[in-house]
Amino acid sequence: MSAVLGAAAALLGLAAALSLARLVRGPSMLDRAVALDVLVATMMAGLGVEAIAADDPWVLTTMLALSLVGFVGSVSIARFLVYRAPGAEEDA
Amino acid sequence: MIATVLTGACVLAGAGAALSAGLGLLRLPDLLSRMHAATKPQAVGLLMVLVAVGVRFPTGGVITTLLLVALLQLTTVPIAAHMVGRAAYRTGRVPRHLLYVDELDEALSPVPPGAGERPSGRGPDSGGEEPDAEH
Amino acid sequence: MSDLPPFSVRVGRRVVQLPLVVWLTVIWLLMWDGPSAANVASGVAVALVLVLVFPLPPLDPGLRIRPVGLVVFAVRFAFDLLRSAGPLTWQAFGSAGRDTVNSVIGVTLRTRSDLILAGTAIALSAVPGTLVVDARLATSTLFLHVLGGADDAQLDRARAAVLALERRVVRAFGTREDLRAIAGDAR
Repeated sequence: MSAVLGAAAALLGLAAALSLARLVRGPSMLDRAVALDVLVATMMAGLGVEAIAADDPWVLTTMLALSLVGFVGSVSIARFLVYRAPGAEEDA
Repeated sequence: MIATVLTGACVLAGAGAALSAGLGLLRLPDLLSRMHAATKPQAVGLLMVLVAVGVRFPTGGVITTLLLVALLQLTTVPIAAHMVGRAAYRTGRVPRHLLYVDELDEALSPVPPGAGERPSGRGPDSGGEEPDAEH
Repeated sequence: MSDLPPFSVRVGRRVVQLPLVVWLTVIWLLMWDGPSAANVASGVAVALVLVLVFPLPPLDPGLRIRPVGLVVFAVRFAFDLLRSAGPLTWQAFGSAGRDTVNSVIGVTLRTRSDLILAGTAIALSAVPGTLVVDARLATSTLFLHVLGGADDAQLDRARAAVLALERRVVRAFGTREDLRAIAGDAR
């Protein structure tokens, strides 16, 4: 079981590294917002693996907190950009 | 025993899906394509891990927390993706020349383009920003 | 002020929608470990305070819960979600070229309900290859980015998938009026 968990942790770490690379590379703020969302979700999955490995579900509270605030960043970046964009409309 | 196997399988599948989200995020050519990778495999991966945790700790308190996380994830990810996609289109981050059909451009432009001809160039609201030509 | 929405009471000058209070209490109970009398009481109290301090516009005509339709919708949603990770993985691993051609299409729904529009948009996030880019409330039009949508047959399939999804959403949550809009499949 610990080998399986180790492999999963390695895959998640690689996924986090890839989204981190996109976060650094950009090129726009929106690319970074999307990469940040994926990074947060990967962290939440990592917390789940940690709960199983440690045989203790207490980190799920942290996971719940992350799921509550995870999307706030990209939504605020998106709204900020739309309000500044020339020719952006107010409908929809 | 069965629970252990199921837990392991879900954790591995979830981590694999998360990895494919990361790969898509890095390799796909433009922002909207990358957002496909950022929303779908990412959600699948997280839900798989949640299922694994639920199988491992089948108690009421844990299950309800997991349900809440899943519910929040499934409802907030599409909303965030919608906001980012909308901002991407309206700030000209979508390379229009890579679109086969673009009906939003027709809906947003104040003067409807003539029937038959399809606007193939940049839209009126693309603001002079360069498309994603980096790498 | 006599035309209150259904299941609502007035507290002072605020309208309290009881379904919203029930829903917030359920969320509260999910956060604590199981329903006890104290949890339910504190949940209702917190929900009432929230509803009174942050009033929301009434959701009218609101939504219905249709059990059979809900089961069909949920099963299909889970299936779509699992399937959606597939083709994308393939494209990410394969040599997705610099010039992959995609499309942005507009699909006008048959119903004119904000709730059905929102539900369809959220459920669309599970459908493989589509992404909601914009929405127009006035005409209930969703604008979707179709990954790899480079020919008309593929775009027609995407449109049909959206309308089929709308039908499932309406059969799970729709009012009688929404159901009539779906049944009159003239367009």
